[in-house]
Amino acid sequence: MAIAVRQFDAVVVGAGGSGLRAALQLAEANLKVAVLSKVFPTRSHTVAAQGGVSASLGNEEPDNWHWHMYDTVKGSDYLGDQDAIEFMCRKASEVVVELEHYGMPFDRLDNGKIYQRPFGGHTSNYGERAIKRACAAADRTGHAMLHTLYQRNVRARTQFFVEWMALDLVRDAEGRVLGVTALEMETGEVMILKARATLFATGGAGRIYSASTNAFINTGDGLGMAARAGIPLEDMEFWQFHPTGVAGAGVLITEGVRGEGGFLLNKNGERFMERYAPTVKDLASRDVVARAMATEIKEGRGAGKDGEYILLKLDHLGADVIDKRLPGIREIAIKFANCDPVKDPIPVVPTCHYQMGGIPTNMHGQVLGSGDRIVPGFYAAGECACVSVHGANRLGTNSLLDLLVFGKSAGEQVVKDLKGETGAMPELPKDAGDYTLSRLARLDSATSGERVSDVGAEMRRVMQLHCGVFRFPDSLVEGVRKIKEVAERTKSTFIKDKSKVFNTARVEALEHENLIEVALSTMVSAEARKESRGAHDRSDFPNRDDVNWMKHTMWFKDGNRLEYKPVQLKPLTVEMFEPKARVY
Amino acid sequence: MVRREVSGAHYGLRDWLAQRVTAVVMVVYSVLFVVMLLKLPRFDFPSWKAMWSAPTMRYATLLFLLCLFVHAWIGMRNIVMDYVKPTWLRLTLYSLMILALFAYGAWAVQILWGR
Amino acid sequence: MRFQIYRYNPDTDSKPRMQFYDVAMEPTDRMLLDALVRIKMEDDTFAFRRSCREGVCGSDAMNINGKNGLACITKLADLQEPVVIRPLPGLPVIRDLIVDMSQFFKQYHSIKPYVVNDTPPPEKERLQSPEDREELNGLYECILCACCSTSCPSFWWNPDKFVGPAGLLQAYRFIADTRDQTINERLDNLEDPYRLFRCHSIMNCVDVCPKGLNPTKAIGKIKDLLVKRTV
Repeated sequence: MAIAVRQFDAVVVGAGGSGLRAALQLAEANLKVAVLSKVFPTRSHTVAAQGGVSASLGNEEPDNWHWHMYDTVKGSDYLGDQDAIEFMCRKASEVVVELEHYGMPFDRLDNGKIYQRPFGGHTSNYGERAIKRACAAADRTGHAMLHTLYQRNVRARTQFFVEWMALDLVRDAEGRVLGVTALEMETGEVMILKARATLFATGGAGRIYSASTNAFINTGDGLGMAARAGIPLEDMEFWQFHPTGVAGAGVLITEGVRGEGGFLLNKNGERFMERYAPTVKDLASRDVVARAMATEIKEGRGAGKDGEYILLKLDHLGADVIDKRLPGIREIAIKFANCDPVKDPIPVVPTCHYQMGGIPTNMHGQVLGSGDRIVPGFYAAGECACVSVHGANRLGTNSLLDLLVFGKSAGEQVVKDLKGETGAMPELPKDAGDYTLSRLARLDSATSGERVSDVGAEMRRVMQLHCGVFRFPDSLVEGVRKIKEVAERTKSTFIKDKSKVFNTARVEALEHENLIEVALSTMVSAEARKESRGAHDRSDFPNRDDVNWMKHTMWFKDGNRLEYKPVQLKPLTVEMFEPKARVY
Repeated sequence: MVRREVSGAHYGLRDWLAQRVTAVVMVVYSVLFVVMLLKLPRFDFPSWKAMWSAPTMRYATLLFLLCLFVHAWIGMRNIVMDYVKPTWLRLTLYSLMILALFAYGAWAVQILWGR
Repeated sequence: MRFQIYRYNPDTDSKPRMQFYDVAMEPTDRMLLDALVRIKMEDDTFAFRRSCREGVCGSDAMNINGKNGLACITKLADLQEPVVIRPLPGLPVIRDLIVDMSQFFKQYHSIKPYVVNDTPPPEKERLQSPEDREELNGLYECILCACCSTSCPSFWWNPDKFVGPAGLLQAYRFIADTRDQTINERLDNLEDPYRLFRCHSIMNCVDVCPKGLNPTKAIGKIKDLLVKRTV
């Protein structure tokens, strides 16, 4: 079949924080770049990040990157690669200051420096007490950051392809990535965007769960494309449940609320985190707090009619602090929880929030295939990538940092790699695009089948039920069986709308085909990991098992095969942090 | 295909200011006019005529009318800018408006200083 | 609940029509967006944009019972039936509730929406006092949803020439930033009978802004600065 081809130096898929940061690097190096995004860049989900971005600037109190690194390693429950973590924490100040120079409207201290607030899991002097490390713009840090990065890209004249959805990776016989097939949503046209470098910054896939803080667009498109192209997905069993999603609505309430002095209460009005984390209490890392909350609810101490939620109290901060530092939270609580936090506590529950796993990469954004071999021409950064700096549990504010550090380093690596490339670009294989066209043809020709919304709802239900905060052996086995069934049903989805122009039904069907890969990888990887670590908590193996399981899972779509690779315990320049029991 | 917009006429501010200054003058005049009316010894034609024979009254009224014309010119032009797109029609309307305002001006002078 | 929704698909329709939908709502459906998603489940040919579903991404701006707003933060309980939903006024409709926003973004880009500071960047952050930072409040929070600009008659009549409330709010966001060095160029860029002075302060923009921002006030401050530098 004939399919139009356009050629670029680099194609960036996704225009959230990491995509924009990478694109900036490429555009400023005067490369011919196409940045694809399903939505206008400032609508990407980075916009919803609230609390802050961490960097050991030490503006409020002494701090250094060693402490930050220790916190991140400990937070990851020793599954994070210590070389990458060192790289990220050392780069933090540089990328945050850079962002300030781009015009980011950070809040300020009286001396004019960037305002910093405490956040979960961030401590001074290797775990002594909570530290102010999260650089914030009120509780709209992600919004401010995303707009600033977009604005800087406008200045750099980056070329955006807005409302284009990438559909599949194009690889040649040697496995080199040569670009993507993509759909222009407005016209329904499918094209091959050919490039020497293809960089995925497609974000997470939190939409595999029914209770999620994630946007509708977080459908793991990059992961789906990678999996279909034979690239493994790493550590997919680790999903962060954010302690404070608005009960029933799923909308995020930032950890910054607790950073500013808010705390959690059970129905007896008890500040229960004192029992679970005596030192930093409500500012323990997210897996710990989420589990504590789920335990309180399970043991009948939840508030509400059916004891189904926990209360987040912040009225004692006073209206002034709330309006100055947490205005967005007040807005959300009034709209989605029907309560004004200046007077009443907010009902919250642990809610799916962040995907620690993803496309395996090194710290330069180069994607690693089977056997840790670099996939030529393919890069990834941000939530869709697994470097791995977050290991089994991410610290709050480290996600925005991840976007900046690895968006930039991936961009730099692309620039470096393209400088070395002088010869003609490899030819596209003859059948490039055929796979995509056949997927589209199936949707277009199907005259009956299951509704995408029904299959999607079943997937979310299965994930929520069988792969939540607490995981049980039988339930996981059952979950694997059920999710495979859902995957099977995905092959016979059907859409009524066959038109070309802005066919959102088609887009949703294609998104679901990506989500199901993520759901499968999650369930299969979780069932196989026989230990409890970070966000992965099994009733039959309640402890961490460093002897057998201090290793990364690599899931391959082909036959749901699993491989494992060791955790990189050796940092770049400093002594490694020995795994030890995790107490907050 | 490409329609380039030309902008940067650099007169928006002057007109915007003039609009406001003339408005203030008109308000002040209107208040004073009402006060003058109330202060008339009697509501009859001789008193009315006496009021208008004072030169200050005539000059003040002329100032008021000039402000009114400037104000009207800017306001009318704003409406034309919003709703009338063809340049030729716009120019025609502007010309008619200017002519009308000059005619009104001349007529006003005739009334104020005529017998 | 009963909804009356603007439908138009250039592939299949010769002209736009209004379609009625009766939807059985669940107790968990609180916002208009929940209802629209439910309608789409039954009729997948109905197209609209949406993403964050919490009022920060700006995707689902539409005209709801005659007033522009975001579907995801418009409570169903506050809406009179039948709920009449139309695309944002004044922009070309691509399909159903999806409008072509190029003109809107073109105006946003025309005000040079980025901080310009050509002094060599210091190693640390550029300092800014909390008071100076405070000036940006009520400006930087804009989500570019276009509710304001598409409720402004001046923008309807001259979308190609008038920057519009959203663009002007952002213009002032960069004028007000103490780190920016191009305040004069920015004022020059706006001193034009169309670009800025089509605003007649009717405050439709303030009335509809889902984030509670006040473009009219920002426009007033731009005019104040223009006066100050002239007089």
